[in-house]
Amino acid sequence: MKKNTFKTFLNDIPQNIFSGFVVSLIALPLGLGLALASGAPPISGVIAAIVGGIIVSLIGGSNITITGPGNGLVVVILTAITALGNGDMQQGFLYTLAAIVISGIIMIILGFLRMGSLGDFFPASAIQGMLAAIGIGIFAKQIHVMLGNLEAKGSIIELLIHVPKGILNLMTTDDSSMFYAGLVGIGSLLIMIFYSKIRNRYFQLIPAPMWIVVLCVVMYYYFDKFSVYDYPINQKLLINLPNNIISNFAFPDFSKVLDIKFINAVFAITLIASIESLLSIKAVDKLDPLKRRSNVNKDIRALGLATVISGFLGGLNVVTVIARSSVNVNNKGTNRSANFFHAIFLIAFLLLFATELRKIPLPALAAILVFTGYKLAAPENIKKVFSIGSEQLIIFLITLFTTILTSLITGIIIGILVTFIIHVIINKDILLFIKNILKPNVLMFKEDGKYYVSVKNFSSFLNYTKLKTKLDQIPENEEAIIDFSLCDFVDHSVMENMSNYSESFSRKGGHFEVIGLDDSKSGSDHPFALRKILPKQMVPIEGVLTKRQKSIQQISEEMHWKYNAFSTQEMKKLPTFGYFETRKIDKISNVLSNKDCTIFDVQFSEGELIAKQVIKATMLYIHTIKTVPNFTLDKEGIFEYILDFAGYTDIDFDTHPDFSKRFYLAGENEEKIRTFFTDELILFLESNKQYHIEASENGLLVIGKGRLKGVKEIKALAYFGMELQKKIQ
Amino acid sequence: MQKIHKILIGIAFSPNLKPNLFEAIRLANMFDAELVGVHVGVKSDEKKIELKTLLSNADSLNKKMKTIWKEGKPVDVILQTCKEQQIDLLILGALQRENLLKYYVGSIARKITRKAPCSVLLLIKPSIVRVACKHIVVNGLQDEKTEETIKTAFFVSKHLCCNKITIVEEVSQGELHVKVNDDKTLRKANIAKERLRNRENQRVKHILEKIKNKKIQVKTQPIFGKRGYSIGHYAKVKRADLLVMNAPNKLGFFDRIFPHDIEYILSELPTDVLIVK
Repeated sequence: MKKNTFKTFLNDIPQNIFSGFVVSLIALPLGLGLALASGAPPISGVIAAIVGGIIVSLIGGSNITITGPGNGLVVVILTAITALGNGDMQQGFLYTLAAIVISGIIMIILGFLRMGSLGDFFPASAIQGMLAAIGIGIFAKQIHVMLGNLEAKGSIIELLIHVPKGILNLMTTDDSSMFYAGLVGIGSLLIMIFYSKIRNRYFQLIPAPMWIVVLCVVMYYYFDKFSVYDYPINQKLLINLPNNIISNFAFPDFSKVLDIKFINAVFAITLIASIESLLSIKAVDKLDPLKRRSNVNKDIRALGLATVISGFLGGLNVVTVIARSSVNVNNKGTNRSANFFHAIFLIAFLLLFATELRKIPLPALAAILVFTGYKLAAPENIKKVFSIGSEQLIIFLITLFTTILTSLITGIIIGILVTFIIHVIINKDILLFIKNILKPNVLMFKEDGKYYVSVKNFSSFLNYTKLKTKLDQIPENEEAIIDFSLCDFVDHSVMENMSNYSESFSRKGGHFEVIGLDDSKSGSDHPFALRKILPKQMVPIEGVLTKRQKSIQQISEEMHWKYNAFSTQEMKKLPTFGYFETRKIDKISNVLSNKDCTIFDVQFSEGELIAKQVIKATMLYIHTIKTVPNFTLDKEGIFEYILDFAGYTDIDFDTHPDFSKRFYLAGENEEKIRTFFTDELILFLESNKQYHIEASENGLLVIGKGRLKGVKEIKALAYFGMELQKKIQ
Repeated sequence: MQKIHKILIGIAFSPNLKPNLFEAIRLANMFDAELVGVHVGVKSDEKKIELKTLLSNADSLNKKMKTIWKEGKPVDVILQTCKEQQIDLLILGALQRENLLKYYVGSIARKITRKAPCSVLLLIKPSIVRVACKHIVVNGLQDEKTEETIKTAFFVSKHLCCNKITIVEEVSQGELHVKVNDDKTLRKANIAKERLRNRENQRVKHILEKIKNKKIQVKTQPIFGKRGYSIGHYAKVKRADLLVMNAPNKLGFFDRIFPHDIEYILSELPTDVLIVK
């Protein structure tokens, strides 16, 4: 067993090197940008990523997370540097490094005390509000930098008010350096916004931030080598890296350790670092294709140690970051080595391309952060919170505004208080909480092979850990029933977590059922009994068909297929396909089917939290009677050469050189695949449009371009499917 | 305990007297025991008449009821009577009513159960008409008193014609020695749990071997959780009619500040509770 896992680990290394490479492409610009936004030297962000990648991959407890400098800390570190330095940013940074080192030590202690569950004490909506406030903070500051103005100062609100003035200023300025820098910034922002809309594989191979870096460097060389004009952007607006990167480390200054401001900074940094890491670890676990469970406390310890080392080397905090981890998963990273290699590639970049990196204009990096900030505070988030309940919106907004107007710590404390007060008001009973908060309110026992969990009194963020420790003891491939019928009150945070459990149980083949909420007592008396987020799919709105739907309906009549625009049926087979291992299916609609073929629109998401991308695509599912070997068939291209290099093997047929050249075929059982691909089938595939085809035990999934298909394309897909099915049987 | 010759009931002239009294009379008849009533207060004709009319409505007693009138502090008087009359079972009616009252009754019940020399039965919903007892939950803690308690549970269920007993073995989470962190520790923890489960079942089986039992359906249920609290929670979830518990060991000062075991049950009373001494 042990040997085997080690062998798989070694076998997976090539693909993790590849994925680590892609992640490093995004980590480099983000590291520089986050450090700049924090008011720290740009190199400090990259140091954090390097130290984090190496340390956490060696001693951490998670599998596919990527570690480095985090978004959430930008605001905290900036505040710390300004407050501790009293105007002297350089000195402030040295004091802040000391605060970072100490916060790392605290995190190690928290890890040893198994306080990983600390993150559960924060109500979900309050955390949402805090994250949105951080997003607004980053956005407000960086949008000015993006427009080429480094001098903008003031509170978050002042900065926001000055945004229109900043844009006007850019258009009327006589400073050509600033003007061009602003143009680069706006261009970069456009790349960030439209990147996800372009579903081209070669384009998507390089992450958007790296495109920005590459284009900036290309632009510099154009001016340097070909153009008669000088590089229009002033040195002041370019990244400043130390001349000798390897020897010029900043060293923390511990002389302010007992200062109240210092203690405040340590507290804030630790709080945000642990919340951000915990949220990310939890979210990334949901994406793990191998469905492993992270050891949160071990990870926190590793992050703490990495932070200490990073601080001593002049780097920022090390936290688990969601966006980069999502990229890792999407590029088929499977184990910790990806994190390690991402660090190695970063070192290589710094050593090889330091000169090129110095040519990147600051506004380009600021654009990346403006986009991240926007994603954190996007209006959709507010809409989502509101849809859960108006009281959640109140909690969200109060936390948001207190955080913006005061500080993060005050914000989150107020958020917790408001949540509690709202719970008391809704129940009109404070005794319920006071009397029962310390009671062990969760009972779990195993009966007839099922786990039964009963929760008593009330269940909210205040005592959620008690429930969580019990639930974590259930293997996710078993059956669990959670009974809230003895509970007078269940809050939103708990309900959200229940829905997460339900998801991870169904991913791993188990069953997780929440009962006891539909009796009137906990149901209608308390709007908080949020049955809203439990159903897996959104309830489709029955209504007028769109033009596309009408056309599909017409096709269905022509071909004698069945059509259901608002299908609530779930495609049970879909998650068994490799394609959906890292992608979460939200909804299926426009189902067009005959006996064995089903064409449908599927809405799924890649990534989690701020890195989440929602994608809609039309696919074809063919139900096969005889068992099919697992394989993937795709167009051959550069992409596959890279994959080939990364350890995948393309199954080629000597008798069909043309097919072998055009198609990339891979799978576990080569022998079976070879017998499955008969001459007839190969000829058919050669002579038709090339689709991406995946096979699992009793079905084939045919995917076109990874977007919704037009009516004609659907028709083509349908005929392709019918023919393909005939060839297989 | 295992044999009940004398049952004591406290008589307080409250709206609850009738159901309490009826319940006690029924129990006395079922166990074929002598019923003793004690009233803490001044003896008056009014009270005497009230009691008489109540008794005339009830089932007739197999053995004649003895009534004692005494003045003093309720707790002291009741405890004293228990000793003097060599009572085997003390019945206390604890009403599940408003919070405050429940707490008050609970506190008297607590005081008495802590000091009582005999077994105590706490009734949470005494009723005038008999409600059949169908399911008894009994603790199977690793304790020297447990064997006696389980035997008593069987004895009681025989007399109450109850044919289902569940023995709940509470295992403290700490005994696992494994903390669940990831998949590996989860697997370890589950193996450890299975081992503990077998150990507990084996232990209870040992006790059961000594008990002659034919009709009663017995189930064992190991639970990992806080002692005392989980069994109460379990009894409530399973809608058990009677919960049979060991009498508490001598309680120290800290036990009262940090409630545990029986204290949890006394503060929440999930169902009727019999504490065996």
